Amino acid sequence: MPDSNTNILAVGVGGQGIILASEILTYALMNAGYDVKKSEVHGMSQRGGSVNTHIRFGKKVYSPVIKEGEVDILFAFEQLEALRYFGFLKPDAMVILNDHTVNPPSVSLGIDEYPRDVSQTIKKKFPNFHLVNGLALALKIGNARTANIVLLGVLSRHIRVEENFWIDAMSKVFPEKLIDINVEAFRLGRKEG
Amino acid sequence: MKELLSGNEAIARGAYECGVTVATGYPGTPSTEILENIAKYQGIYAEWSPNEKVALEVAAGASFGGARVLVAMKHVGINVAADPLFTLSYTGVKGGLVIITADDPELHSSQNEQDNRNYAKFAKIPMLEPSDSQEAKEFVKIAFEISEKYDTPVFVRTTTRISHSKSIVEIYEPQRSPVPLEIVKNPTKLVMLPANARKRHPIVEERLCRLKTFADKFSENKVEINNANLGIITSGVSYQYAKEVFPDYSYLKLGLTYPLPEKVIKEFAGKVKKLYVVEELDPYIEEQIKAMGINIVGKDIFPICGEFNPSIVEKVLSPSSKQGVKEDIPLKLPPRPPNMCPGCGYRGIFYIFNKLKLFVAGDIGCYTLGFLPPLSAIDTCVSMGGSIGHAMGLDKALGDAAVGKVIAVIGDSTFLHSGITSLLDIVYNRGSSTVVILDNQTTAMTGRQEHPGTGLTLKGETTKKVDLVELCKGLGVEHVRTVDPFDLQTVEETVKEEIFRKEPSVIISRAPCVLLKSQRTKPSKPFTVFDEKCNGCKACIKLGCPAIEWKNIKSVSKRDKLTSDNKKRKGIAVIDNMLCNGCGLCEQLCKFDAIGEINA
Repeated sequence: MPDSNTNILAVGVGGQGIILASEILTYALMNAGYDVKKSEVHGMSQRGGSVNTHIRFGKKVYSPVIKEGEVDILFAFEQLEALRYFGFLKPDAMVILNDHTVNPPSVSLGIDEYPRDVSQTIKKKFPNFHLVNGLALALKIGNARTANIVLLGVLSRHIRVEENFWIDAMSKVFPEKLIDINVEAFRLGRKEG
Repeated sequence: MKELLSGNEAIARGAYECGVTVATGYPGTPSTEILENIAKYQGIYAEWSPNEKVALEVAAGASFGGARVLVAMKHVGINVAADPLFTLSYTGVKGGLVIITADDPELHSSQNEQDNRNYAKFAKIPMLEPSDSQEAKEFVKIAFEISEKYDTPVFVRTTTRISHSKSIVEIYEPQRSPVPLEIVKNPTKLVMLPANARKRHPIVEERLCRLKTFADKFSENKVEINNANLGIITSGVSYQYAKEVFPDYSYLKLGLTYPLPEKVIKEFAGKVKKLYVVEELDPYIEEQIKAMGINIVGKDIFPICGEFNPSIVEKVLSPSSKQGVKEDIPLKLPPRPPNMCPGCGYRGIFYIFNKLKLFVAGDIGCYTLGFLPPLSAIDTCVSMGGSIGHAMGLDKALGDAAVGKVIAVIGDSTFLHSGITSLLDIVYNRGSSTVVILDNQTTAMTGRQEHPGTGLTLKGETTKKVDLVELCKGLGVEHVRTVDPFDLQTVEETVKEEIFRKEPSVIISRAPCVLLKSQRTKPSKPFTVFDEKCNGCKACIKLGCPAIEWKNIKSVSKRDKLTSDNKKRKGIAVIDNMLCNGCGLCEQLCKFDAIGEINA
């Protein structure tokens, strides 16, 4: 186990399943024997609002939040939200980006413009960049709502935790009837990543 | 066994492990999940009380009978419960009574940023402050022991970062409470008539003296001597932030922040060259240490407002330290505030308020989002249940000048929390305000909790459901009307009629929260915009519905290959059918019949 901790920042829009995916990730890390802390802020009808979850793991973790400029992996569920957290990334950070956009209210109202070429902007700055079409992959297995788990599968390729720990974590958070489809979604993402 | 628990889940587990049998509270971020998790344990009676004062009063009764009781609320909830709280400090308890105050530095989801450590000192009640989930669970256990040993209610204070962050916790089997359940009459201790209360006050003071002695021996006031040049006195999550960036400094980590361990602090101060206090919000520890005659640096350099994080602690204590490289955000990004859901029953009501240019006395709930543009229809928001009083006050102050201009809006849960008494005031004191109760049949903002109007208890049992119409009539309101908020014309007519009435009136807007599970089973057909009919007039956009977007015609033409553009329109509206819940409000606003159901 490396001495320094690893910091993952999961970001996106309320309702995309970010908190659930982070929950599974955190369980998997605990299962694998790491000290782990996860922190999120919710309430005030976060549906549709900007959401972020900090996950830190390693030998011994003190702070539940990541320092600015110390994110190792940005796990972004939405393009604009990925840009919003640039300031938190290490210069050599990895970015996993879901190829998806959700308009903020000011864009829907025609006041602001949604930024163009987000993925190019990110790639230029952070070459360790993976673009994933989570929704398209989820639809392959016939369930759009598993897009978050597909993305988690992609992320899992870059974290040293064996597959059985991930599966155990998923059986912990999903009701029985939803386990199989989500494991399928996870494996699809893992293959893709 | 190891578990991964949030601070709130750990507190619930702690209550279960030490034999709590009664738990009460009112939902409020960041405290809500404590009661939700306690309710899952068998053998614990858990209730959502209508408000925090009731929660504490029920808890007091249970404690007087010998039960171990946990009460949970957010920081502003303690304000509501403050009346019984201060006297409960005098009566003391029988079964242990632990009050969780979940504070919210940074106001992630609150109307102010108060530091409830001040309540401990003010009410003369001991206060524990855990710094992670493991401690949250352990401190609940310690709190019960202190409560019973010193005959006092005990506070456990969390902050959002403790409540909502998860870390690893060792869990155990539950133990039974050591206190017998029984009714023992003890009126001189429990009846706080002046003559009795006067005798109790010196007992409270004497108890504080004993607690001070205890504080100096308490093992959770932990001293770590490392580098003797710099010592930090801290508590709660601030300890984790400081430890993260300065692992080698010396620490006095306070588990008990009221009363403070004077001897331990003095000893620690004597062992280090320079002394700092790292604490969020008020200079609460700092002032008490300064009063001991010790030189310590705190709010001279640390901010009073807002939440701390490791970067803040590092920058302040060691300005020259190497900070992480902060990348500039490449573009000015549009903000993304939370929004009412597509199909939300509030949207039509606020649309009408805005259209009629009313002064809207608002309250605490999802509907406070009616403040945001384009609805822009909330003019006050101060405290739970406050809206009705605001409207009454405006009416009384302005007299005829307010007629037809002011309206109060309040959710069903908030009305039952503390709106009832203000409505009673309007009736009794000859007011004439109009109150709109947004009855979405749940406590929506905190995550759809039950309340006396839902017909379900926290434990999931069916129960007597309050009838809001009859309740308002019972308070003496003669004009109570119910509207469907998706019928805009009726809403507008009803509001116009009632705001000019020179008598109290209530309009109940009835539509269940779209996130209620019972509603999810009945999806409505999504609506669509017929491109060729859309004039781009933006009328539907004024609803602020997340499912409707206004697109510049150039971007649309390119992508969707619109054939003709003879209306010289600048853009058109587009509905995202993944998001649309089919409420039909936008269809009512479209003068060009450009909106309809898909496949209609």
